[in-house]
Amino acid sequence: MNIQELMANPLYRRRKWTNRVMLVLAGLAIVVGLFWLSWIMWTLFSKGLAALSPSLFTEITPPAGETGGGLANAILGSVLMVAVATMMTTPIGILAGTYLAEYARNNTLSKIVRFINDILLSAPSIVVGMFVFLVAYYGLGLRQNAYSGWAGAFALAIIMLPVVVRTTDDMLKLVPNTLREAAVALGTPYWKMIFTIGYRAARTGMLTGLLLGVARIFGETAPLLFTAFGNNFWSSNLSERMASLPQVINQFGLSPDENWNQLAWGGAILITLLVLFINIVTRWYASKHD
Amino acid sequence: MQNTLEISAPKIHPKPWMDKAFKTLTLLNAWLVLILLAGIIVSLFFGSQTTWQKEGLGFLTKEEWDTAAGSFGALGPVAGTLITSGIALLLALPVSIGIAMFLTELAPAWLRRPLGTAIELLAAIPSIIYGMWGLFVIAPLFIEYVQPFLAITLGNVPVIGKLFSGTQLGVGVLTAGVVLAIMIVPFITAVLRDVFSLVPPMLKESAYGLGATTWEVVRNIVIPHTKIGMVGGVMLGLGRALGETMAVTFVIGNSHGLNLSLFAPGNSIASTLANEFNEASSDEHRSALLALALVLFLITTIVLGFAKWLISRNEVK
Repeated sequence: MNIQELMANPLYRRRKWTNRVMLVLAGLAIVVGLFWLSWIMWTLFSKGLAALSPSLFTEITPPAGETGGGLANAILGSVLMVAVATMMTTPIGILAGTYLAEYARNNTLSKIVRFINDILLSAPSIVVGMFVFLVAYYGLGLRQNAYSGWAGAFALAIIMLPVVVRTTDDMLKLVPNTLREAAVALGTPYWKMIFTIGYRAARTGMLTGLLLGVARIFGETAPLLFTAFGNNFWSSNLSERMASLPQVINQFGLSPDENWNQLAWGGAILITLLVLFINIVTRWYASKHD
Repeated sequence: MQNTLEISAPKIHPKPWMDKAFKTLTLLNAWLVLILLAGIIVSLFFGSQTTWQKEGLGFLTKEEWDTAAGSFGALGPVAGTLITSGIALLLALPVSIGIAMFLTELAPAWLRRPLGTAIELLAAIPSIIYGMWGLFVIAPLFIEYVQPFLAITLGNVPVIGKLFSGTQLGVGVLTAGVVLAIMIVPFITAVLRDVFSLVPPMLKESAYGLGATTWEVVRNIVIPHTKIGMVGGVMLGLGRALGETMAVTFVIGNSHGLNLSLFAPGNSIASTLANEFNEASSDEHRSALLALALVLFLITTIVLGFAKWLISRNEVK
């Protein structure tokens, strides 16, 4: 059968055309995916760029109906709560991940913990906010004072925890066992081996996980609604209600006030650029150190 | 003089208790993960006692949601959650399969990483950004072009016509489903890429060797081989869609009650919680919202657990 006969064969032609159509559709799918990403970015830049000014960082959120103002209190609140959440969750997450990877790689408990941890990784964040509210309102009996920066940070910490546990576990598992054996053979106590060999070998990956966790909680809105609540004034007191960028975007974005809307777009471009920047840099750094 | 040669042995195990202490410490922190899950479920359950005592499981099938009368049923928000997530899956699955197929079978090696990263970045964008974009960009487009178009085309088809009729508001159940679809594409794609790349090259090469086209290899080798993992990926996307809050709250229209039309505004569990929890002044209202949260948490936990189980089964194979 020569090539002309083959081309004339209807079955062959149909297969070839089906293949072409499917490949074009697959190509189209990725174009669609990239199209959404660029569309969102374009929207952010076209609407948010005008709001980017020095006053965004120096002035606090204005009352409705006024012009000007900025997001300084929201930026401060976001940075404070994310920092506190990271400090709360890092030791816990790393220790839990260490247990999974170093002490009980395959026993029943670690299998259950991994399973639950992966579920928490995708659990609805708004429920976490309600849980923290319940703890503050009923558990600690704070009632009307249940809303605070501490509660917001605590909620963010819970959302970040599974990310840290997962990456610590994964990264420690990548450390070759021969390194561990060499250290233990020299008489290093097991705990010291974990610190000097395990953590040191896995630190790039663990740091990547931490940063991705920070990027994730920086944009989280839902858990802050019932915990940090929001605050229109400059406040660095974590015991008070606290503003945050996502919460201000939520409040201002849904309002008919034009100045508020502008500020919401300004905040939106700020967190998106920060989150994407962290994501791209950590991925690039991690791939370079692979 | 002999004494000088008696070198005292160096302390190689200066703190033998440290080993046990550190292990216990890590164990306690691992337990915290389990305690956290249990704590969330238990606290939501006790917080919603009033509702469960009053309504029992009938809470799930009751439609009424009347704040003034203090009468609450979950049917509306539960239906809204399931319908928006269903629309999202329907739209996201083919796109995700296409992207995963492109990235694993078609794209040249140097293009895979940047394109894959770009798709993953879609997952990194905060949910509230999707919400604002949906409200200010997608909703106006829907009211201007998409909804009129759907109304004159699909709206006239006998059975499903009802879904695409009614007042065109821009925001609504359909819009929420579309925005959700874009948000879950990266999650489903990530799983599909992983399971696709686990197909033994020998199987694919054998098929190519017999003269199969790329599509035939995907259709007859890759997809059958990864069926279980693919369902796992879909379930993971579903789990994400069910609990998504801010984006849905912005575009779903926030109105209680059931409506056959997909154009109509609705409510999901998460959007109801976001809108009403801070304003809930009566015990019944707060309790009903906590009951909704418990329902949402249990559904997503089951769906995600199932997803994880399916994905791990695929890996073992």
